[in-house]
Amino acid sequence: MPRYHISLTVNGDLHELNVDARQTLMQVLRQDLELHGTHEGCGSGDCGACTVLMNNEPVPSCLVLAADAHKSAIVTVEGLVQNGEPHAVQKAIVAHGGIQCGYCTPGIVISSVALLQENPHPNEQEVREAIAGNLCRCTGYQKIVDAIVAVGHE
Amino acid sequence: MSDFSVIGKRVPKLDALDKATGRAQYGHDLDLPGTLVGKILYANVPHARIVNIDTSRAEKVRGVKAVLTGKHSGAHKFGYGGDNTPLKGDKVRCRRDEIAAVAAMDDDAADEALELIRVEYEELPPLFSAEAALAPGAPLVHQDRADNLFLRYNYAHGDAERAFDEADEIIEQEFFLPYVTHAAMETSFALAAFDLQNRLTLWSTTQIPFLLQRDLSEALGIPGRDIRVIQPVIGGAFGRGLDVYPFEPICALLAKYSGKPVRIAFTREEEFFATAARQPAHVKMRSAAKRDGTLWAREAHALLDAGAYISWGAVTPLVMMETVASLYRVPHAKFVADVVYTNNIPTGAMRGYGNPQSTFFVETQMDILAEKLGMDPVEFRLRNANVPNSETPQGLKITSCGLRECITEVAERIGWERRAGPNSETRLANTTPPQETLQIQTRNPKIKRGIGIACTLNVGGGARIYRSDGCGATVKVDDFGRVTLISGSTEIGQGSETALAQIVAETLGVRVDDVTVINSDTSVKPWDVGTHASRTTFIAGNAAWIAANEVREKILDHAAQMLNVPANQLEMRDRQVRVRGDGKGVAFDKVVRAMHYREDGIVVSGTGWYDPPTKLVDKHTYKGNISAAYGFGAQAVEVEVDTETGQVRVLKIVAAHDVGRAINPMYVEGQIEGGAQMGVGYALTEELQVREGRVLNPTLLDYRMPTALDMPPIESVIVETADPAGPFGAKGVGEMGGNPTAAAIANAVYNAIGIRLNHLPMTGERVLRALQEKERSAAQA
Repeated sequence: MPRYHISLTVNGDLHELNVDARQTLMQVLRQDLELHGTHEGCGSGDCGACTVLMNNEPVPSCLVLAADAHKSAIVTVEGLVQNGEPHAVQKAIVAHGGIQCGYCTPGIVISSVALLQENPHPNEQEVREAIAGNLCRCTGYQKIVDAIVAVGHE
Repeated sequence: MSDFSVIGKRVPKLDALDKATGRAQYGHDLDLPGTLVGKILYANVPHARIVNIDTSRAEKVRGVKAVLTGKHSGAHKFGYGGDNTPLKGDKVRCRRDEIAAVAAMDDDAADEALELIRVEYEELPPLFSAEAALAPGAPLVHQDRADNLFLRYNYAHGDAERAFDEADEIIEQEFFLPYVTHAAMETSFALAAFDLQNRLTLWSTTQIPFLLQRDLSEALGIPGRDIRVIQPVIGGAFGRGLDVYPFEPICALLAKYSGKPVRIAFTREEEFFATAARQPAHVKMRSAAKRDGTLWAREAHALLDAGAYISWGAVTPLVMMETVASLYRVPHAKFVADVVYTNNIPTGAMRGYGNPQSTFFVETQMDILAEKLGMDPVEFRLRNANVPNSETPQGLKITSCGLRECITEVAERIGWERRAGPNSETRLANTTPPQETLQIQTRNPKIKRGIGIACTLNVGGGARIYRSDGCGATVKVDDFGRVTLISGSTEIGQGSETALAQIVAETLGVRVDDVTVINSDTSVKPWDVGTHASRTTFIAGNAAWIAANEVREKILDHAAQMLNVPANQLEMRDRQVRVRGDGKGVAFDKVVRAMHYREDGIVVSGTGWYDPPTKLVDKHTYKGNISAAYGFGAQAVEVEVDTETGQVRVLKIVAAHDVGRAINPMYVEGQIEGGAQMGVGYALTEELQVREGRVLNPTLLDYRMPTALDMPPIESVIVETADPAGPFGAKGVGEMGGNPTAAAIANAVYNAIGIRLNHLPMTGERVLRALQEKERSAAQA
């Protein structure tokens, strides 16, 4: 199987990697870089648990081949914590009770951060649309939506 | 009682920040040095004799360290029905039967090895429905049984036959309920490692670590004392982890034969076909009422397709019968359920454990009876509601009960007065609706709106379905005032460990973040039957409270000596032990140090064991008080039905639930709202499509769970009745939220379009077909 040399900036750190042609960005993040916050829920782009920011756009990292991520900038859920301070979205989702099992949470946090970059004050419907690609089985979404709307009001 | 400092507060989950920042370690994140990949070969034929398995080529693949078949797993039977083996040696009973397993150094080697295993089958005639399996002369799924009927439940109180003769209004219908599945966001996982003394450690996504110890002991033929189960952070379960699955002993066998740690992480596809879905049911049911509005009788016959092996899910008729016999005051009831072996996928326990199913058919018929009586559905329900301090004919001892408050709350908040009268037929045809219904008409005449209600009764004080319904706890305090609770119970994401920490913190007068909860290792924590039946806050909460109280008494005794006042004048609050009504006090941690650092010093700790005063149901009558408390709830929903496409949209859910007392209102609401979400899926979109024993839609794209856009706003209302047996008055809430939702939606759909759909899910296709059917018969009339 052919291998590719790629360089990738993840959460501000530059990585030089030698990847299998079939390897996905998610596998590189989880296995090679041990960033376990990016979760695999399906491996086929249906659940959104592995969503990361790639050049500032939210993408399901299981659908991106690592080789195609060459020279891109990735932000994972771990990278949102700056100087020990969690991102406003992370704090809000905690405070509003938007987390139960938490497996979908990193993907939802990333999708929400992407939304807030485009639209700093989203209404409830806009939040629901932004996270419609992130399945959550625990919460009924209400508290997640409340949390993201609240961040926009801060 | 409002004087609590921690109870009733909206405290974030102890692990929430770790989960929000990607630090929580789930099973899928675990690895030990040298861990091999384990993979399973499934039969993919529904019913067959295994003639030969050739693994010789698979064994030669580079990187493969073990290839196992039935001959390695032996004849040790396990599971609730005692009918399963890890790998099948002689016979295939369903397509997902585990035939062989490999452990290899990487995914590629494991996949290649699986492809090279050759299995020769002699196919047998398959049974794809419970009806076919019960037909005379049907082939046997299990050769050692006389027939395919695993179990018949036969319950009765009063005299149902006579009652139906005496009744004024009767409704009789058939209901069809689909396979649905947990679809937890994290798929099932196991990591097995043996030490050189042949002791097994299994990391698992289980909900029942101690029963799993026993199950693994049976499946592997090794002593339970040599098995340690560790639970990493679990990414949802919803009943999935209530049973041992073959992949868990298989993982252990691979570790044993390879001499290396082995991990098995299910793919999403495996998660859909190789865990245990909620069983499909075909139910014939009738209900009756007296003209004065008294609910008079119910009779239900349920046929349940258990699949090829029996799990704890076979016991779900116990819960179905509870709803049939005891939701509202029912003078006469009869319930018969047959649990049948077929060659379909094995089924199991899922949140509500029979209750979402039975609530759907019971509450549909409550609505129809109200209409037949010319009564408002809310009034009919209030009139027949369960009441506090009563005993149902089934033997349920209802102590606290807020059913009436729940009904009143949801009716008021949904705006029940806007609902059209019971005869929505008139409204459907009526282009100028009466004034009072005007508000809920839409501008588009093709879109119809309706409102519906349904209620639920659920065990809320444990459920004795095993010899013990107990849980143990230990509380200890260190010199710095850090409190550690070691609880037997299991956290699966629902937030119980935070509720337990609040109970301990309140008892000892410390902050919630002063409490650490350890609850994930069978070699550390005391026994517990497992997380099921909405029992953890109630049962484990009582155990934690008992243990914390022992510590409290020890500390108060010692502080009394230090302060030279009687212990009964002291209170523990704000990390202080102080004289009530006085300012005088001493720091909590200082008292603890004083207890340690002296001659005859003691460990400041306490233990608790709580097993509720309940009984297993009688083996023959199925009567008895299975739970120490009962939870109640009502949900009202407003829906919109597009009569051109058949699509049903839920616009609003109001859910009021009697939880005794909310230890943490935020997560009580979370349980209600998450339950309602599963209820919306059950009502409208979710169906695991199983044809000829094969799951046709094993992806999260084709198995339609509600997204954030599909879910309406949910208004949760907490009704508090301070249960006398619950910790600080709390009752369980884990399952209730999902029980009445589908029934409430079905009743609202009827209110909108005048059609009763007795076949879940109410997909656009089904609704549209029913609308066309109705139009045709109207045209013919």
